[in-house]
Amino acid sequence: MLADTVIILVKILVILLGIALTAGALLTFVERKQSAWIQNRVGPNRANIFGHIRGDKFKDSIKLGGLLHLAADGLKMLLKEDIIPKGANRVLHTAAPAIVLFPVLVGFAIIPWADHWCAGGLTLLVNHRDVCLSESHNLFSIADLDVGFLFVFAIASLSVYGGAIAGWSSNNKFSFFGGLRASSQMVSYEVPMGLSVLGIVMIFGTLNLNEIVRAQGDLLFGVLPAWGIFVQPLGFIIFLTAMIAENKRAPFDCPEGESEIVSGYMTEYSGLKFGILQLSEFIAVIFIASIVSVLFLGGWQVPYLYGDGFHMPHSAFFPLFALLFFVVGGYLIAVGVRREQMLQKIAGGLLVVLGLVYAVMSTTQANGVQHLPYEGVVLLRLGTMFAKVIFMVWLQLMIRWTVPRFRYDQIMQLGWKIMLPAALVNLLITAIILIPLFS
Amino acid sequence: MPKVVTREPMSVLERSFVPEIIRGLSTTIKHFFHAASGQNYHEKQHLWFLNKGNVTYNYPEDVRTYPKRYRGQHRLMLREDGNVRCVACMCCSTICPANCIHITAAESDDPSVEKYPASFVIDELRCIFCGFCVEACPCDAIRMDTGLHVQPFLDRNNAYYGRDLLMELGELSVAIQGGDKS
Ligand code: SF4
Ligand code: SF4
Repeated sequence: MLADTVIILVKILVILLGIALTAGALLTFVERKQSAWIQNRVGPNRANIFGHIRGDKFKDSIKLGGLLHLAADGLKMLLKEDIIPKGANRVLHTAAPAIVLFPVLVGFAIIPWADHWCAGGLTLLVNHRDVCLSESHNLFSIADLDVGFLFVFAIASLSVYGGAIAGWSSNNKFSFFGGLRASSQMVSYEVPMGLSVLGIVMIFGTLNLNEIVRAQGDLLFGVLPAWGIFVQPLGFIIFLTAMIAENKRAPFDCPEGESEIVSGYMTEYSGLKFGILQLSEFIAVIFIASIVSVLFLGGWQVPYLYGDGFHMPHSAFFPLFALLFFVVGGYLIAVGVRREQMLQKIAGGLLVVLGLVYAVMSTTQANGVQHLPYEGVVLLRLGTMFAKVIFMVWLQLMIRWTVPRFRYDQIMQLGWKIMLPAALVNLLITAIILIPLFS
Repeated sequence: MPKVVTREPMSVLERSFVPEIIRGLSTTIKHFFHAASGQNYHEKQHLWFLNKGNVTYNYPEDVRTYPKRYRGQHRLMLREDGNVRCVACMCCSTICPANCIHITAAESDDPSVEKYPASFVIDELRCIFCGFCVEACPCDAIRMDTGLHVQPFLDRNNAYYGRDLLMELGELSVAIQGGDKS
């Protein structure tokens, strides 16, 4: 009993402090750096310490590649004056940042970062699902809810109240507009978002997120992993769009559109309260990345990796694959198809490495099975989950710095006239395909 | 006659935004990786794929290499005996378009030299770095080849560079005084 409590507390500490808050703070720096690189700039790299002690003021100071800007920003937020405008509702104005931050943090409770830890041995069923022979411990998610799927959406839509309250309580017209826009955007994107993921529930037949991830380990036609993005490509696009819109970041940043309403519902905030509002946005980016990975990118699943190792469905073709990768990769490196050299050479290099892996595997594997120790499997899965989350975060930042802001009516049109019907059609097609499979 | 603007209606694919966003993403991703791979475009990198990226100099650490004939801070050249080469002919102060060279001539003790500058002041704040003074000088007494910036001043008085300060960077010049007459 006590051990369980301690385990839960450790999980909460690690996941909230380690993943959500630290990575969220890190993202404030990453976003500045990434946007700089996209625009061919250098990005933040000037903050430095110990210059006076080590000699030449700037050259000998410690800069850590700009990472110290994090500390500088944090310190600035802490030391700034906290202003509550005249006529504002003091209680709500103070509570709003907490109301924004709370749901995004709570959302992390049900993200499964890896499969349950199986203490004893496990066996593999014919369909590659592994069954734990002894007790299995839930070590990699804070709570393993059977309705985790519903919990996500209940929590995700809560955070808009914070924005609306912040806008209303500030006693400022711009803030008020920001709050209004946030709520209307939420209302119009909640519907397609919910409908777009229903397809996932219909296909995998469960509301438990860990079970959904497990189900995504199946193979379609014997080769393709049954990830959500492969069985529900349209659903993936709609869901990602709706999630970004929920998070109120560009191209859906109307609620804080700087050029029209100063900073929307954040206008009247300063100091650490403003910092919390910003931070919760970045934490939400990570949350979106993890929920998209769980629902659509196979979560902790590595293709063809099951409880006891890799089970390759196409082992007979390994030497052929190796040859193919060598030829194509070598061609890309040596000759190239376009003038743009760098990317294709990297791609060529990756292909050659892949070919090498296949060549090695074709000699070591037996019937396409490459056994691995269970700890290795779990580590690989954990790493894959993190890699997927990092990729999705990167993609979201990329989208944010690529696409300009939609006009307000365009946002409404996209939500109601395009995404809602598309989500419904997607649902209908999924149902039509599923009916013969189940009857 | 009002001009009629025909607007192309967006096709269905364009209205769905997806292909266009992917096109935009491919551009930004290309820039991202180029900038991420090499910090400085100007330095020749050892690896072929690093020769892309942003063009910014991190100023105090990487200083731009100036061209050889860059006109920097002035200096006054010296004779073999260490005295100033300038003969106070006033050519430079006459041609100076900014009127920023102020010379007071005095008679020299050396019998082979007629005059020397008792004071030679350049107002570096007024100077426009045109280089005319260097070209006007008949005896290679003033040069701008130090490659230095004139530093920023907090006090205007510090911007008046006197003769001795200008001679500090000076070197021996072996050019024949007044040009080669042979
Ligand atoms: S560089 Fe031009 S402006 Fe400056 S001192 Fe010489 S002549 Fe005058
Ligand atoms: S032109 Fe040359 S020699 Fe004449 S005053 Fe100027 S620096 Fe002296």
